[in-house]
Amino acid sequence: MTTTPPRELPEFDVDSTIYKHLADSQMNVELDTGDMILNIGPQHPATHGTLRLVVRLDGERVIAADPIIGYMHRGYEKLTEFRTYPQITTLINRIDWLSSFANEVPFIAGAELLMGIEAPPRALWIRTALTELSRIATFLLFLGEMGLQVGAITPAFYGFRDREYVLNLIEASTGGRFHPNFNRIGGIKDDLPWGWIADTRECMAKVLESCDTFEDLVVGNPIFEQRTRSIGIIPAELGAGYGVSGSNLRASGVDWDLRRDGNPHLPYDQLDWKVWTHPDGDSFARYWVRLQETRESARMVLQLIDGLPSGPIMAKVPRIIKVPAGEVWVNTENPLGEMGYYIVSKGATGPFRVKIRSASFSNVSILPWLLRGVYVPDVITILASLYFILGDIDR
Amino acid sequence: MFNVLALDIGWVTTLGIKTLIVLALVPLGALILGYTFLLKMMSHMQSRLGPMDPGGFHGWYQLVGDGIKFLQKEDIMPEQADRRVFALAPAVVVLSTFLVFVVIPAGPRIVVADLDVGVFYALAVSSLSVIGVLMAGWASANKYAVLGALRAAAQLIAYELPLVLAVVGVVIQTETMNLQGIVAFQHGGEIFGFGGLGFPLIVTQFVGFALFMVAAQAELTQPPFDMPVAESELVAGYMVEYTGFRFLFFFIGEFGTAFAFAGLAATLFLGGWAVPFVDPADNRLLWDIVGPLVLFGKVMFVAFLMFWARFTYPRLREDQLQALAWKWLIPIALINILATGVLKVAF
Amino acid sequence: MSPDAPDVVEEQPPALTEQAEEILSRLRTALGDGIVDDGGAYGGLILRVRRDAWLPAAEAGKGAGECDYLSFISAIDWMPAPALADEGSGDTSNPVQPRETTYGVTGSEGRFQVFAHLESTQRQRWGVTLKVDVDENDPRLPSWVGVYPGADWHERETWEMYGVVFDGHPSLRHLYLPHEFEGNPLRKDYPLLAREVKPWPGLVDVEPMLGDAADAAADADEASAE
Repeated sequence: MTTTPPRELPEFDVDSTIYKHLADSQMNVELDTGDMILNIGPQHPATHGTLRLVVRLDGERVIAADPIIGYMHRGYEKLTEFRTYPQITTLINRIDWLSSFANEVPFIAGAELLMGIEAPPRALWIRTALTELSRIATFLLFLGEMGLQVGAITPAFYGFRDREYVLNLIEASTGGRFHPNFNRIGGIKDDLPWGWIADTRECMAKVLESCDTFEDLVVGNPIFEQRTRSIGIIPAELGAGYGVSGSNLRASGVDWDLRRDGNPHLPYDQLDWKVWTHPDGDSFARYWVRLQETRESARMVLQLIDGLPSGPIMAKVPRIIKVPAGEVWVNTENPLGEMGYYIVSKGATGPFRVKIRSASFSNVSILPWLLRGVYVPDVITILASLYFILGDIDR
Repeated sequence: MFNVLALDIGWVTTLGIKTLIVLALVPLGALILGYTFLLKMMSHMQSRLGPMDPGGFHGWYQLVGDGIKFLQKEDIMPEQADRRVFALAPAVVVLSTFLVFVVIPAGPRIVVADLDVGVFYALAVSSLSVIGVLMAGWASANKYAVLGALRAAAQLIAYELPLVLAVVGVVIQTETMNLQGIVAFQHGGEIFGFGGLGFPLIVTQFVGFALFMVAAQAELTQPPFDMPVAESELVAGYMVEYTGFRFLFFFIGEFGTAFAFAGLAATLFLGGWAVPFVDPADNRLLWDIVGPLVLFGKVMFVAFLMFWARFTYPRLREDQLQALAWKWLIPIALINILATGVLKVAF
Repeated sequence: MSPDAPDVVEEQPPALTEQAEEILSRLRTALGDGIVDDGGAYGGLILRVRRDAWLPAAEAGKGAGECDYLSFISAIDWMPAPALADEGSGDTSNPVQPRETTYGVTGSEGRFQVFAHLESTQRQRWGVTLKVDVDENDPRLPSWVGVYPGADWHERETWEMYGVVFDGHPSLRHLYLPHEFEGNPLRKDYPLLAREVKPWPGLVDVEPMLGDAADAAADADEASAE
């Protein structure tokens, strides 16, 4: 079902004075064009947090949209200049809080590169397993709540219920469900508890079952297909130009996954897995790709725990960590997309400058282009399918 | 209705008692439906338990407690709201619910008003709620409410037609619009000569039944047709500014109307208060008690179907919803009427 | 860098990978003397270009360099960080940065440097970090919005945090901060207001965990040995 604009849409020309006014104005500002300005957010069930979307509507059609972010801005890049490396590990957990283990990995890998330390293989494999578990946890939430945004209440409960099993695993090994703070420069903090591997096997079987349920309940639903097919198509080249990454770009047909195509910080090359893409680029494709990736991650975790090498979990690291001078760029495939850290070090116990490249920032920057000419319900569908986390956008 | 007790009560008192019964029945019906399906069935389908504490046994008291809570809340009205319209809107919505209950028969002699144009009357008054919805949305002085109200008005008007046309098939077949007459027709009829089961009209009017269910779902603004109250977009749409007992009215209106439509569906398609084997003329007093219970059972079955669809499907977008009504349901309903008419004359 | 001697510190950055060499040669051909300096950082390529070559560098990156993906644009302020703690005070909870100004891998002319990272979605491990010096007194640069549409938000953030103005940007306005915010927070001379309000408590007395007792004893031995 294509959406053709009823009238010639003006080129998206952001008049800075009008939008400056909009950015700080009250809710009921009316321009003199007869269209309606609607504020979606910052408190709204559909915006995954405090995102404010100012849309100009003609009836139910969006003419222009302007996302206003910064309600969760915590100033991480400034804070990192005042913290030592282990302290920063605690901070960056909270960037993408749904898959917080995965946020730590690029930073720790960067620090290890600068120090010339290699984490032992067992630590790397456990890191990979926990990263994939975080990916499964956050994708299960996505699979559930995208149904919720589109109107089906029930999948959300299944998503949360199955996510609990995975969070139990993460808690058993790291001590924290949401903010594990488990990585250390040189390895990880603790070894796996007794019985964790058997529990993980059971849990992955449940996850695979649950993905089948989602496929039946949501993907196979004709109303869901009607609501998501051809909605919010991101062309591959434009997406890459905007910096859209992760499942969003793979759903537009781009075969690019940093676990395979990036620098090898984690032992993904020793596993047998595949990268899923979908040619359409619409919201349905983004849902479908994430569903397949959840299954793939579950299979990867099973391979990881089968092949877990034995050995130490921490390399020998000085007590007070001083990272030698240098610069490094490390990026990994986080559940939300490409996350990277550009660390500039001057030899002190803390970094000089850390640039945090977060995936949702770029994913959301495409919204002004993407939302032109769509209906209001489709705005919600598109927001849900892009799957951003406010902490990731605002840092 | 009161001749059974051999009492000679004046018509004023009769009217008063009937009014009180309907006034009590609507919230009670809403409560029962809400508890059984919204709280318990939905929870079990979503692999959770639902309320367990209030009242001790599986939380049966939950909605009663919710009602009391709503009653004692502060009455907040937005500053720029149109005060009188804002206050009247929930009353108009609930009014239509009460009026539908008036014609549904619950036993051979238990019906508030046995109108000869029962079907016509029921469908006519059920569409009064559209006015209430528009009043609510407009008077709230809130853009989300206006969006929701306009969506609701368009949707409710669009789905009136399939609702009415689905019932026309029933009327053609039974040759009467009187609901007691329709029940009698289904009770006394035969399916291909087999008299044991009576002749519930769902057997020939299955298309009509399906259409009626879909249209009723849309009339109640329940998913998959709940664009007007799309929770994740409009945060309750036209009801967003309503709190306390005014919101309670909307809630009772929604579930009461669900009960009423289920009652209509049970009467028109499933045989109403009658059970096939037994002739009610034998023991009228017994049927005055068993009839309502039978009707209640059928209502619960129909409501189960409605709520099951509610929890399973995502919502249709407004234009898809309209397309479904105008391009699919109405033509199918018209074909159904044509076929019914032809077959009625032929057989 | 073998696991037996893990605390060997790298003296120089490792050599460039094949892909990085390839990109370097392509960009050299495209930009000529626009490139001031080039360096490697753990396999990745860093190029410092002249100010008038900043926009051509983007076009070259997208064209000859085949990098269709913009990762980020941001800036670095090379001014030394404010002093937080003294070296040797034993307070390990505040990082002590060197007081003299040093520049990173490819150096810098002045205080501010804008840097961006490009990648390719069609190839493996194919990316380049571009850097350009920005004049402290007149921080202007051409905007990349025409080449990479995603530069829109990144340049807004850089302007907001560092004060670098991008010519040709459709609307340079605040991204994270409120409309009337004054100052550029990520500059080194902009204080961390949380520390102004309440000073950092430093090393706080905490209950040592079980393993820490042995480590604390080892530390005490180290300290007494020095």
